[in-house]
Amino acid sequence: MSDHQDNLPATGHTDGAHPGGHAPARVEEPIANPGMERHLPRPTDVDEAAAKRAERQVATFFVISMISAVLFCVAYFSFEVGESPDTFGRIGASNLTLGLSLGLALLCIGIGVIQWARKLMADVELSEPRHPVASSPEDRSETLAALSQGLEESGLARRPLIRNTLLGSLAMLGLPAIVALRDLGPLPDIKNTLEKTFWTPGARIVNDVTGRPLRPSDLEIGGLVNAEPEGLVEPYDGEREGIEYLEGVELLAEKGKAAVIVVRMEPEDVTEETSNWGVEGIVCYSKICTHVGCPISLWEQQTHHLLCPCHQSTFDLADKGRVVFGPAARALPQLPIEVGPDGYLVAVSDFREPVGPSYWERG
Amino acid sequence: MRLLNRSVNGLAGRISRRRRGPVAGLLVLLLGLVLTGTMYAAFSPANASRTTAQADEQLIQEGRELFLVGCSFCHGQNGEGVRSDNGQLGPSLVGVGAASVDFQVGTGRMPMQQPGQQAAVKKKAYTDEETEALAAYVASLGPGPAIPEESEYTLDGLSEDERREAVVNGGQLFLTNCSACHNFEGSGGAMPQGKVALPLRDSTEKHIYEAMITGPQQMPVFADSVLGPEDKASIIAFLESTKENPDYGGFEMGGLGPVSEGMFAWLVGIGSLVGFAYWIAAHSARSKRQETSA
Repeated sequence: MSDHQDNLPATGHTDGAHPGGHAPARVEEPIANPGMERHLPRPTDVDEAAAKRAERQVATFFVISMISAVLFCVAYFSFEVGESPDTFGRIGASNLTLGLSLGLALLCIGIGVIQWARKLMADVELSEPRHPVASSPEDRSETLAALSQGLEESGLARRPLIRNTLLGSLAMLGLPAIVALRDLGPLPDIKNTLEKTFWTPGARIVNDVTGRPLRPSDLEIGGLVNAEPEGLVEPYDGEREGIEYLEGVELLAEKGKAAVIVVRMEPEDVTEETSNWGVEGIVCYSKICTHVGCPISLWEQQTHHLLCPCHQSTFDLADKGRVVFGPAARALPQLPIEVGPDGYLVAVSDFREPVGPSYWERG
Repeated sequence: MRLLNRSVNGLAGRISRRRRGPVAGLLVLLLGLVLTGTMYAAFSPANASRTTAQADEQLIQEGRELFLVGCSFCHGQNGEGVRSDNGQLGPSLVGVGAASVDFQVGTGRMPMQQPGQQAAVKKKAYTDEETEALAAYVASLGPGPAIPEESEYTLDGLSEDERREAVVNGGQLFLTNCSACHNFEGSGGAMPQGKVALPLRDSTEKHIYEAMITGPQQMPVFADSVLGPEDKASIIAFLESTKENPDYGGFEMGGLGPVSEGMFAWLVGIGSLVGFAYWIAAHSARSKRQETSA
């Protein structure tokens, strides 16, 4: 047992001989141990006047801290928070004075304590040799003896019934925890939530804020509209009859998924596959990045690239929303659109694939 | 004229009553003549340029001359655009409209110094009159958006409540349509491959309006048919209102949010902590004198 000590880190230069036989032989240090540097006293150690000065200095820091703490209270009551927010340049009197006084109070305590330690507290070099961390062999055998005695006295080996039922009861205690996990469910109805949006065949495309429907002629080449399906935006000029407008939580949930951007490009710049789902160079894409779902509308009208500000995924809107850069793994879903019977742009159907980031079931 | 004469007579009467100088009559006569002349100069040419096509014709001609000297190298002698070996050198200007010229030339973007990802904003190369002439010439090439009137981009004539409502609407429109590139308070942002969406805080109201209707460079067009003139005016009013917003937290640091604030914490905050740590660990002064007690 005592050989274990040999595996422990070197015990420092104080003890010379090694007890074990298989430990590497001690090599002579190539450079002689220079020992401790000669101790030189600080000015405050030898000069009483300097020590007095340092003492006053430290005390001054503590007094400044006290004054700052009082100033904090004064500032708290004399300037109202939020009032006159541009007293000093564009900074409010309340914020500035509260922050400065409290900061100064804390800082001065810190500086004072450190200055005290550096200049006045005891100044001696100490060397502490390293010791093995293991307990002594006597302590270890004593502990082992106590443990085996305890095992013997409890009679666990002699009474297997008690031992087995105890193990059983501990194992069964895991069951409630597992059963409680059920509360994490039920599993979401993916078919009707993640894979569906508010878009329906014939739904009008309306401006996200004003609720104004779009005619193809409204969009100029290079134009961009942030849009939503009708029914998710309260129009400026009154609700249209026959349309159900969502409200509250439902509205937010649907609006988040259904958001689209409509852009118009030169028809000859757009690939045929893409323009099949558009009207005269007008195409409509989901506004939700397929990487982690940030809203994206940083569209460059000349390169036709759409940039996601979160992780720089870039999609080519002239080519089926293909990923041209960045971490996104899927093309941006395109919404097929056409001109409705009354001349406004409408959706042909819902998105043909789930919008937004990937999830397990999509593989 | 009758009204003017009456007021001039009244003035003359008052002066003569007080001073009765021998030259007073002459002075009043001179003043009347000068006033009449200035009034005529101020009003009649403006009216004339609005009514006669001749002045327009002249302005377009002036603009064409400027265009041939300063712009035609890239945009072609008739603004038809020039294609170089490696793509387009300068796009066609047919149909870009006067607003586009007023924006590009009026902010110093055009004439471009060198080809690049983006035309940089620099010192204006043309005076306002020259810009007007250039705009008139380019507008004559094909129909396009005109330079907006001041009434289109300001909210003058609205009551305080209507104004506040417009600012709120403008904020929503700005956050939906503009903030993706230009940041939530118009501080600008980076775009791919070295391009930038510029800060809007120092832009004039007219130029912001013109940028929306013309879509300069990579910026999409927000036509009046999609985003009405009143919507644009409220967006501009919202931007103006952000300038008046106080910074409750102290320094705004460009309004870039966590980017500049994090930078400040790393450089100034952690930097000063490192400085303190150095100071604590630094060797304190040592005396050569031996300690008396030791």
